[in-house]
Amino acid sequence: MEIDLRTVAIKPLRHTFDNIARRFGDKPASRYQEGTYDIQQTDIFHYRPMWEPELQLFDKRRTKVEMKDWYALKDPRQFYYGAWTIARSRQQEAADSCFEMIEDRGLVAMIPAELKQLALDVLVPMRHVEWGANMGNSYMAAYGYGTAITQPCIYHAMDHLAVAQYLTRIGLVLDGPEALDAAKDAWMTAALWQPMRRHVENVLVVQDWFEIFVAQNLVLEGLTYPLLYDYLDSEFSAKGGTAISMMTRFMTEWATETGKWVDAQIKVAAAESPENMVLISDWLKQYRAPVLEALIPISQRAFGDHAESVLAEVTAQFDARCAKLGLSV
Amino acid sequence: MDMHATKKKLGIKEKYAHMTRGLDWETSYQPMDKVFPQATFEGIKIHDWDKWEDPFRLTMDSYWKYQAEKERKLYAVLDAFAQNNGHLGLTDARYLNAIKLFLTGISPLEYVAHRGFAAAGRNFPGVGPRVACLMQSVDEMRHAQTQIHALSNYNKHYDGFHDFKHMLERVWYLSVPKSFFDDAFSAGPFEYMIAIGFSFEYVLTNLLFVPFMSGAAYNGDMATVTFGFSAQSDEARHMTLGLECIKFMLEQDPDNLPIVQKWIDKWAWRGVRVLTLVAMMMDYMLPKRVMSWKEAWEIYFEQNGGALFADLARYGITMPECLKQCSIDKEHIGHQAWATFYQYGGAAAFHTWMPSDDEMDWLSAKYPNTFDKYYRARFTHWRDEAEKGNRFYSNTLPMLCQVCQIPMLFTEPDDPTTICYRESDYDGEKYHTCSDGCKHIFDNEPQKYIQAWLPVHQIYQGNCFPEGTDPTVEGFDPLAKVLEWYHFDNGHDNLDFEGSRDQANFAAWRGMATKNT
Ligand SMILES: [Fe+2]
Ligand SMILES: [Fe+2]
Repeated sequence: MEIDLRTVAIKPLRHTFDNIARRFGDKPASRYQEGTYDIQQTDIFHYRPMWEPELQLFDKRRTKVEMKDWYALKDPRQFYYGAWTIARSRQQEAADSCFEMIEDRGLVAMIPAELKQLALDVLVPMRHVEWGANMGNSYMAAYGYGTAITQPCIYHAMDHLAVAQYLTRIGLVLDGPEALDAAKDAWMTAALWQPMRRHVENVLVVQDWFEIFVAQNLVLEGLTYPLLYDYLDSEFSAKGGTAISMMTRFMTEWATETGKWVDAQIKVAAAESPENMVLISDWLKQYRAPVLEALIPISQRAFGDHAESVLAEVTAQFDARCAKLGLSV
Repeated sequence: MDMHATKKKLGIKEKYAHMTRGLDWETSYQPMDKVFPQATFEGIKIHDWDKWEDPFRLTMDSYWKYQAEKERKLYAVLDAFAQNNGHLGLTDARYLNAIKLFLTGISPLEYVAHRGFAAAGRNFPGVGPRVACLMQSVDEMRHAQTQIHALSNYNKHYDGFHDFKHMLERVWYLSVPKSFFDDAFSAGPFEYMIAIGFSFEYVLTNLLFVPFMSGAAYNGDMATVTFGFSAQSDEARHMTLGLECIKFMLEQDPDNLPIVQKWIDKWAWRGVRVLTLVAMMMDYMLPKRVMSWKEAWEIYFEQNGGALFADLARYGITMPECLKQCSIDKEHIGHQAWATFYQYGGAAAFHTWMPSDDEMDWLSAKYPNTFDKYYRARFTHWRDEAEKGNRFYSNTLPMLCQVCQIPMLFTEPDDPTTICYRESDYDGEKYHTCSDGCKHIFDNEPQKYIQAWLPVHQIYQGNCFPEGTDPTVEGFDPLAKVLEWYHFDNGHDNLDFEGSRDQANFAAWRGMATKNT
């Protein structure tokens, strides 16, 4: 006999797990909530880490930022693994069809030579900056505190790897494997890239994970993405390099979306206490200066005579954004 | 202008190399050993990270494509399962206890695996292993969440699931799997890869996930079957990563061999001890049995695992000495563990029971050398007593092994009637372990294992009562207070299956589906 179980109306004993009910009451919870809140262990650890014996495996003292509840740092996108990977698969499909179209129709041949060279000089070496961003975000995912913020950090790390791979693909489409070697040479030795490389390497040795969050996700991304994927992108489109714009579409969309997440983290952390606000603002000042310095030669290569005004505009927008987040710039 | 149509297409291997290998660089504004501070302290010598063979080649865009497809399918099944009261299709409500053990003991560790692989993915100086570890890190996040989401519906209707992370950190038997992962994550990145990437994923996965997933399939648990099935292709990647990692270490420098061998010995035994819980689950907790623990060990370890060690022999790796004992233990550990949980069933977050006559006959047939001889009489006695209203609960607390943290329930390899105790002295104190394997691990790293947070010691020290508890008041009931601190719903989460709320509700709800009342 086939039993039809659907016909049974059952009153559940509870609507969600206790940790979720303690926070939000016993009512149906979202997958984001059940998959995020309180998942990281907080209370009892067996052994001190051999790599840092003075602290516990998960320890609030790995940053100077203090939060009463680290789960206040929620992700406005409510990304759990499934939501993140499905969102990204849609975006990669769109990006992929752009690359395919460009390759199938030989659109590269229609890009003016100087624009192509500009993309090779400015965009392709950025793959190393993206790799640094991946390392910073995997550090935060490993050593940060509370799944609410560490979870999106691992997604962000993987996203940066993807961007590095899109930039690689741009190099391959525009010029082939030689483009990657040339970009790496420039990254290692060309004057244009040394201030940026120095900055990226300096961030790689920062130990306070929230400091990395500010340096990397707020400042470095907040200044370079608008410069390259907004201003430079318009330049490409306006001068007949639409094909290049098509290949950076993922980055443009992604920066808007992830910016909202970064803002939410900074805003809540800064609003928590005057101490946090001062600390984060100090980091902002500390990292804003070297990034701007590193962006000067890159802007000059990208915008020539307009470099100064473009960078000034990007900086003004970034400063306004930070002020809105409650930071002192 | 050059025509790109004439350019030669890149092969997959070449293309993948471009997508990953060139990304890193030798830092010069900061020294490499400051950028990768964990790369050398364990003594493993790596001369050329570029010799790393990628065990799989997935760029992020194809990763997203494959994984999103799997996620869509998985969540569609979970939604349908919840909507259609899929839980009433289980063979028997006793089955639920197997997945309670899974959610409380395994799922939070998938999460720790995620954090550990994020750390490994930050700390290796080579791009190849870094990218592979990071992919495993997000995969493990996936596993933690898909498991929580799959079992979320059971939590709505049954007891024992409701506060799994709180329990993981506190409850006595859950410190067995928890301390395993704490142990791995607190080690350096190379040892972590042996512990999780190799021993756990490669040697033991088949003995952990396959039994749970086939148990689910046999007992009508489509939710668990679906997340298990969906994780299979991830696991395949994880296994190749673990194996590649071990080969890479061994190929890089002959000095790595003794270190790697020591880790293999340690983690094989650590893993085998955790599997005790699986043995008990297979032999006792599944209403419809898949196979006995003994059979699983023979198929998945003695046959398949043997081939693995034969393969590693060319690098000089030998099969861990301690594993030889498993061929004796396989006849006993499931029964010994279940007997322990039955006695301490007042303090477990799942129900226990004694097997029926049919089930005892199955156990006799599967364990012709041991079940009737050593266990059947005791189990029959307990069952008879329970039927007379004298269900036996022990009200003492067991002594725990300092390393694996399992109660001292294992017997001497050459005498199944004597409990095995080993003792080590360290810094003027005595420490007890359950076996030669655990003693060996302790003696190698006493400074680590003396730190263990042993749940029973902690109870005796008064660290496991709710805040504000006064143990000096008259009529103080320490066990009740410990259970309160565990967040047990005393009387619902614990005790015998017979008479439990799970049993009653399942019967009533199924009755509503099958009868016209
Ligand atoms: Fe997993
Ligand atoms: Fe032990």
